[in-house]
Amino acid sequence: MATTAPEHFPAHSDDHAHDHDHKPGFFARWFMSTNHKDIGTMYLIFAIIAGIIGGAFSGMMRVELAQPGIQYLDTFAKWFGAVNPDFNSTLHVWNVLITAHGLIMVFFMVMPAIIGGFGNWFVPIMIGAPDMAFPRMNNISFWLTVAGFCSLLCSAFVPGGTGLGAGTGWTVYAPLSTTGSPGPAVDFGIFALHLSGAGSIMGAINFITTIFNMRAPGMTMHKMPLFVWSVLVTAFLLLLALPVLAAAITMLLTDRNFGTTFFDPSGGGDPVLYQHLFWFFGHPEVYIMILPGFGIISQIVSTFSKKPVFGYLGMAYAMVAIGVVGFIVWAHHMYTTGLSVNTKMYFTAATMVIAVPTGIKIFSWIATMWGGSITFKSPMVWAIGFIFLFTVGGVTGVVLANGGIDDNLHDTYYVVAHFHYVLSLGAVTALFAGFYYWFPKMSGRMHSEFLAHVHFWVFFVGVNLIFFPMHFLGLQGMPRRYPDYAEAYAHWNQIATDGYMIMAASLVIWFANIAYAFVAGKKAEDNYWGEGATTLEWTLSSPPPFHQFETLPVIEEVHHH
Amino acid sequence: MTAVTHQQRSNRKTAFIALAIALGMLGLGYASVPLYRIFCQVTGYGGTTKRVDATQAATVKDSGRTITVRFDANVARDMPWDFKPLQVTDTVSIGARDMALFWAKNDSDQTVTGTASFNVEPEQAAKYFNKIQCFCFTEQTLKPGEEVRMPVLYYIDPAILDDPDNKDVELITLSYTFHVTSIGDAKTLDREQTGG
Repeated sequence: MATTAPEHFPAHSDDHAHDHDHKPGFFARWFMSTNHKDIGTMYLIFAIIAGIIGGAFSGMMRVELAQPGIQYLDTFAKWFGAVNPDFNSTLHVWNVLITAHGLIMVFFMVMPAIIGGFGNWFVPIMIGAPDMAFPRMNNISFWLTVAGFCSLLCSAFVPGGTGLGAGTGWTVYAPLSTTGSPGPAVDFGIFALHLSGAGSIMGAINFITTIFNMRAPGMTMHKMPLFVWSVLVTAFLLLLALPVLAAAITMLLTDRNFGTTFFDPSGGGDPVLYQHLFWFFGHPEVYIMILPGFGIISQIVSTFSKKPVFGYLGMAYAMVAIGVVGFIVWAHHMYTTGLSVNTKMYFTAATMVIAVPTGIKIFSWIATMWGGSITFKSPMVWAIGFIFLFTVGGVTGVVLANGGIDDNLHDTYYVVAHFHYVLSLGAVTALFAGFYYWFPKMSGRMHSEFLAHVHFWVFFVGVNLIFFPMHFLGLQGMPRRYPDYAEAYAHWNQIATDGYMIMAASLVIWFANIAYAFVAGKKAEDNYWGEGATTLEWTLSSPPPFHQFETLPVIEEVHHH
Repeated sequence: MTAVTHQQRSNRKTAFIALAIALGMLGLGYASVPLYRIFCQVTGYGGTTKRVDATQAATVKDSGRTITVRFDANVARDMPWDFKPLQVTDTVSIGARDMALFWAKNDSDQTVTGTASFNVEPEQAAKYFNKIQCFCFTEQTLKPGEEVRMPVLYYIDPAILDDPDNKDVELITLSYTFHVTSIGDAKTLDREQTGG
């Protein structure tokens, strides 16, 4: 029975006793790495560093937004190297902050962590493969991402029009990004996207090949753990969406530097075409960020309910459906660009259709828990937090899907609240859930369950305080992307900034927990979560041997009922 | 180790198919530029007006109903021309041919060649806005201080009366923006030189 198969994988593997577990020296191991686990670790560390930088930028924004008026931006302008910044270059810093925060969190935090980090670590193990299909290409993917990040950081210190740095927003809309931003900063930003995009496309090719060709004997597609399914769907989304972004930003680059007029009306171009191309990439991109999170949550909910996932095939194909429909809804980001009523009707309906497979996933997680023998270990608490927060963000998404309502809410804080609930609270909560689920497996040391729970509750209170009031601000008409606002919005902005401080404190607890694990943490057993954890990584030691599955595990047909 | 080579061969095959998909999407990204232009011309999307010839225009009947057309004229940032409509609004009979006049003067001390881009608001009315003759079809060259009166010959397609999307439309705005194509004798496609 395919629907019940993922519950249990009795696997014969060569997990222990690796006296030939030879590791290369430090430089060769970490800089020329071809080992999927080492590359995964590097992706995770990279994502944490990028996340701290991107998170610090959001802290700078929240501090500025705590009160009406401009208080701190000129100080920040000086940090970036501006000498006696005038009013324009002071305000330009704001645009640089929102741009950098968006780009870093999307391309250099969530994607590297959830695909490069957990994907690299656990996809080969979960399908019983010794490594990724193309280990050296895996290495190139990682270092291209790092190079892209360096390019983005460089952009902050070179002229970008009205001040230092690229101030175009993460969407890089023309004409602001073409004629509106002379200077090399935007070119550096575009180059950053080219590099990390190339890295991600290579990563996607690697995952697709690995999952299609390197499954262990008996590991059929319909027996693969849902996390593997989620990474497979994500890899296809990357493969289909990222080249379109590459085309669009290359056109930006030639419009900026080589006199083409793809998006310039004086030569017959149209800036709205850029928006179509960007969002044809941009909408699948949001599913690229959240789908692997869905996979992680499925593994965790199943493990701590001690039950197989309810409706396994439905869960897998719901992700496929989300991926497919995600490609035909892009213009719901563009309702205010003058679409006809009929076009708006189509995009409204198509967008709302996505609520159906997403609903299947939410209900199946709840049904998995229903009647299960639930233990509230830290990953489970984070996973339940995810389900709640993602559902809140999904509900406001259905509101915004309406073309008529969006005319009113477009570019307000309501939109900011919506996408932070699904991404900042959704994807990031899933990342933390995955972190606590797999950290002892990756490091060999148990974290403190107490600190992990405290981390969760402080984080949960903090992020809700930041983002829930933004719904009110948006409904009252506060526009996004401005450093200043009317007095009337001061109250909820102050609360959001307080929430940021609480969220930041939760990260201190997280780092303390990591330090605790390495200093005083107990040694992790092979399967420290017990009988609910049935996927192949739990048949290996913690941490797994440098090379696993040199003899391929055999997945036996298991009959239930 | 034939098993390993077999594995490698099938891996390479999958990777090449995936790479081909990625390159195909890159190509589609570029193909979208001409496709989008054709789409706009066919559907009037984004305020793109229609171009018709005089014989075709002669077959259209006057519907007897009237609509107001407003004319708007702008210049791009780097364009040293003065550019105005000679009538701000015109009430026209739907289906009947009408002429609007625009006036431009080169305020600079150099010969300037320009092209006008155009747009119609509301956008759903664009596909019914038919131009028979327009100064925007060709480039216009003005010597230093030269003035010119430029005609637009147009009609509104009576089919607009049957379109529910245009039920509430009582005023259509036709807007032009003049862009520099060249200053002096040299073509200045490079934005650096035109000062954008």
